Amino acid sequence: MSRGVTRLDRGVYALAGVTVAGAAAVGGAKEGAGPLGPRFDLTIEDDLHGTTSFEAAEASLALQAVDQSLKKSGLARDAVDAVLGGDLLNQLYSTNFSARQHQIPLYGLFSACATFTEAVGLGAMLVAAGGVERALAMAASHHMAAERQFRYPIELGYQRALTASWTATAAGAVMLRPEMGEQASDNLGADRAVEGGVRVTAVTTGRVIDFGGHDPMDMGTAMAPAAADTLERHRSATGREWGDYDQILTGDLGVVGSRILVDLVRDGDRFRDRHEDCGRMLYSPDQDVHNGGSGAGCAAAVFAVWAYPRIQSGELRRVLMVATGALFSPTSYQQGESIPAIAHAVEFECIGRGA
Amino acid sequence: MPEAGNPTDKATQTAYEKLAARHRPTAPAWGNLWRAFVIGGLICTAGQAVISFFEAHGYTPTTAAPPTVVVMIGLGSLFTGMGWYDALVTWGGMGGSLPITGFANSIVAPAMEYKREGPVMGVGAKMFTVAGPVIAYGLAAAFVVGAVRWFLGLAA
Repeated sequence: MSRGVTRLDRGVYALAGVTVAGAAAVGGAKEGAGPLGPRFDLTIEDDLHGTTSFEAAEASLALQAVDQSLKKSGLARDAVDAVLGGDLLNQLYSTNFSARQHQIPLYGLFSACATFTEAVGLGAMLVAAGGVERALAMAASHHMAAERQFRYPIELGYQRALTASWTATAAGAVMLRPEMGEQASDNLGADRAVEGGVRVTAVTTGRVIDFGGHDPMDMGTAMAPAAADTLERHRSATGREWGDYDQILTGDLGVVGSRILVDLVRDGDRFRDRHEDCGRMLYSPDQDVHNGGSGAGCAAAVFAVWAYPRIQSGELRRVLMVATGALFSPTSYQQGESIPAIAHAVEFECIGRGA
Repeated sequence: MPEAGNPTDKATQTAYEKLAARHRPTAPAWGNLWRAFVIGGLICTAGQAVISFFEAHGYTPTTAAPPTVVVMIGLGSLFTGMGWYDALVTWGGMGGSLPITGFANSIVAPAMEYKREGPVMGVGAKMFTVAGPVIAYGLAAAFVVGAVRWFLGLAA
């Protein structure tokens, strides 16, 4: 199958010839104790993960996610053309410091918790356009590191709002490469057959949407309109209906944001049947996370351990993933600005199994 | 095209806020009040026990206050250091935050947190990130009240 990118509309592109060759995720102890815990490639028990700071621990998680996805794709570090990824920490701490270790050419991206689909979408477009043969998309977050940057010191006692999300300690990475039949031009590494593979078929780049949400303890409210906007743009440009997807997976809207989203999208009842949210899936209700999981690593990990294997097996034949990000900073919040949000969409399909 | 800083018009924001508000859970006010009462009450009972201890050892009710404050701040700091105080406030809310032990927690927690950024720019600079406003405006309020008292001729 030949590669290519076709413009469907402003910011919406159909892709040909790009597959996901492998996906991996690592998580923290709380994530490991959640419903998806047993599926993680690795879970860490210690929040510091053998380092001296939570930030360094997050970088180490990011590096492990990269290495695990390389292992599962059967590739070495030097066989990868580019890593695209990001995290929540200032100046992309963990992405940059993990790249200091892996030495793969790096595109650092920031869309807060939507970074994962931004990285996958952009990486898939690079591969589809040709030139880049193997691109690795990753995203990472660490609960403690996010707490100390965005909220309060760890040991400070305070009651979290019921609408507040819990930043996940997790990192996920996926390998993107051309579909078999077209060999990598330089033949680096061992390209595996992609029987039952996962194809990236369309990408929608989000716009920054702001409906005036002000509360960082309620990011579901701030992000739901961005998800609705991207979903509608993707749906109308690709000419699909909600029923055409086996699963529509939003990232990190949580309980509250998901309920709002159903009210915002066209044909909400049918949408609800197909919809699930990464933030609601990562933890069980008794883990006291209130609105659900969030953080750049949440959507990345849920895709890697839950969605990807299901698309691969053909259980889900077409999945639309829309990760959402709240683009505020402590500075913008303290200066009284509302919370702008963004959502990037990537559409995945199962390649010819049981069709 | 909306201006920077004015994302959507006021009417859209108001309508959206109304829609979103329907989906938000409400905090269990009575449960929170009861738990705050229990935790706050326990801390105050402990404080009273310390005062009684000092009074039994030769202090007057007035002179027993300063050493009691020292003991309670010490206990709040110890509980913070052991990693217990945040759990106590998560359960008991304002009942844990409001007493002087909560004030100790608000200083010890950042001091522990920013240890990694060093003793000067870490602990030294950031120890009062949470308690700083309380101290600043507490002093300002004390000044105003003290001034009023002085003008009314109530000062001793």
